[in-house]
Amino acid sequence: MVATFVSGVAKEGSSLDVVNVTKDFAAQDRTNQRTLALDGVSFSVGAGEFVSIIGPSACGKSTLLRLIAGLDFPSSGELRVGTEVITGAHAERGLVFQDPNLFPWLTVRRNIRSGLVALGVAREKNHEVDDFIRLVGLEGFANVYPHHLSGGMAQRVALARALITHPKVLLLDEPLGALDAFTRMQMQDEVLRLWQARLTTMLLITHDIDEAIYMSDRILIMTPRPGRIDRVISLDMERPRDRSHPDFLRLRSEILQLLDFGRR
Amino acid sequence: MRDGALKVKELVDTHSAVASPKRPQRYAEKVRWSTLLALPFAGVAALCLHWFAAANEAPAEALLYTYFLSGFLVAALIAIAVQPIWSGLRSWMRDSSPLITAAVVCLVVWEIVTSVLRLLPLPYFPGPAAVLSSLVNDSGVLFDSTWHSLVLLLGGYTLGVVVGLVSGICIGWFPYARYWGMPILKIVGPIPATAWIPLAMVLSPSAMFSAIGLIALAVWFPVTMLTASGISNTRASYLDVARTLGAKRSYLIFNVAIPAAMPSIFIGLFMGLGASFLTLVVAETVGVKSGLGWYVSWAQGWAEYGKVYAALLIMAAFFSTIMTALFKLRDHVLAWQKGVIKW
Repeated sequence: MVATFVSGVAKEGSSLDVVNVTKDFAAQDRTNQRTLALDGVSFSVGAGEFVSIIGPSACGKSTLLRLIAGLDFPSSGELRVGTEVITGAHAERGLVFQDPNLFPWLTVRRNIRSGLVALGVAREKNHEVDDFIRLVGLEGFANVYPHHLSGGMAQRVALARALITHPKVLLLDEPLGALDAFTRMQMQDEVLRLWQARLTTMLLITHDIDEAIYMSDRILIMTPRPGRIDRVISLDMERPRDRSHPDFLRLRSEILQLLDFGRR
Repeated sequence: MRDGALKVKELVDTHSAVASPKRPQRYAEKVRWSTLLALPFAGVAALCLHWFAAANEAPAEALLYTYFLSGFLVAALIAIAVQPIWSGLRSWMRDSSPLITAAVVCLVVWEIVTSVLRLLPLPYFPGPAAVLSSLVNDSGVLFDSTWHSLVLLLGGYTLGVVVGLVSGICIGWFPYARYWGMPILKIVGPIPATAWIPLAMVLSPSAMFSAIGLIALAVWFPVTMLTASGISNTRASYLDVARTLGAKRSYLIFNVAIPAAMPSIFIGLFMGLGASFLTLVVAETVGVKSGLGWYVSWAQGWAEYGKVYAALLIMAAFFSTIMTALFKLRDHVLAWQKGVIKW
């Protein structure tokens, strides 16, 4: 399902296909065994769609995201953005971690600009830096070093830095996981606003069921050891979503049940 | 005695001012009279003692030292007169006058031990007056020696830093360079550069070149070691982020790994600088026929210990100036660390 189109927005997103992907690692001990992290994972994300992946710890969510980012390679299977097979890291697939990982030696402005510098287009597109600083509401902090920022502000810089190269897919690895509850809810709206403005394809990994329901068009539920897609849930609730709506709560308990946390 | 008491009181006051949250504001505005008066008081004490000691010193040296102390006294009085209208001088005096007072007290003690009581054997331990006179009378040669040392030091240090940075970055980044470079670094590096002097004398056409080479070698080891470890310890997530921003290898090395390694690189630069001072002085003592190290051993050969101490004073000022310059450079380059770590 492609998200509701707001008129006049940029459609930057591109579809993403994960086809029968398997990933195994050499075990840490001396036995020659290999640990299977992902086992035949297949799913597709439509252009401009917002998909969340939830699942218990160590179910291979982050491994999957690293494969899509091109920072790691699958043992078998194929990953595609649009029609192109992923063969390595590329600016068309942005990545935001739980730790903002801002470069501490660069100011906010230069951190956001670093994506343009890395692509060698900093001079032509310099004007966009200010647009992105404004987009994430950090006008007064452009020349500040990252350690002066709060967690929420630092994560906004990380989002702006990942978006300035206009990625087709934005991969979010628990980006709001380290924030307090209020900042987190505020940032969820922020991320949704950024998404709706450009319809970048979003793939969010989260531990937070409310977050997944609040934000996504679809939720993929993964099971651990080896990591598999267990269930796909499509959501067609109106946006902005009401966190206390009966449908919201019903879905929430349904997912909890699926993850074995429900009342028995 | 009174000086000492003043100084201790001053330190206690400064300390309590730092500890109490309310006082610093008011304290920053004014300088206590005891702080200000410590300087002329120390100057007068030194002059009085010197008049007493002058009988035991050569007349020309005694006169020169009198001028020096009088000059200090006049400068202190002028500074006290000017400080109410010059805030920069005022804050400098508040910080520095206890230290300067202590330095003058050291001169007084020195003169008592040498010229007045003659507790230490001559000619090995001349008084401050004799050292000052050597410093002034031989200033031409000392200046020339300092210049030669500077050329040698900067030549060797620059060469060592450039080669060290290049080899450190290569060893830190490329596994192939690490495989072949690390053993060389581990075997050759720990040998003190001065141990190569016999070989350097045979190999090199001139003492000057061999000295530059030895200083460069001494600098190369710590700079390479700490650059390599800084580069290879770059947080993997910084590199991952940069890759997903579309960074090529040159960006990863020059815009991520090197800035991330800068704190470590600067430790290497400081260690290299210390090693270069040592190697410089030894090289000048053994081979090169100029520079401060040479001057010290030459003056010692003539038993002119006044000149030896004069050269040591110059050396102290010279080396600490260079060290300060490197600190300034670090403060500039690592400005982003302010507030992250304690400097």
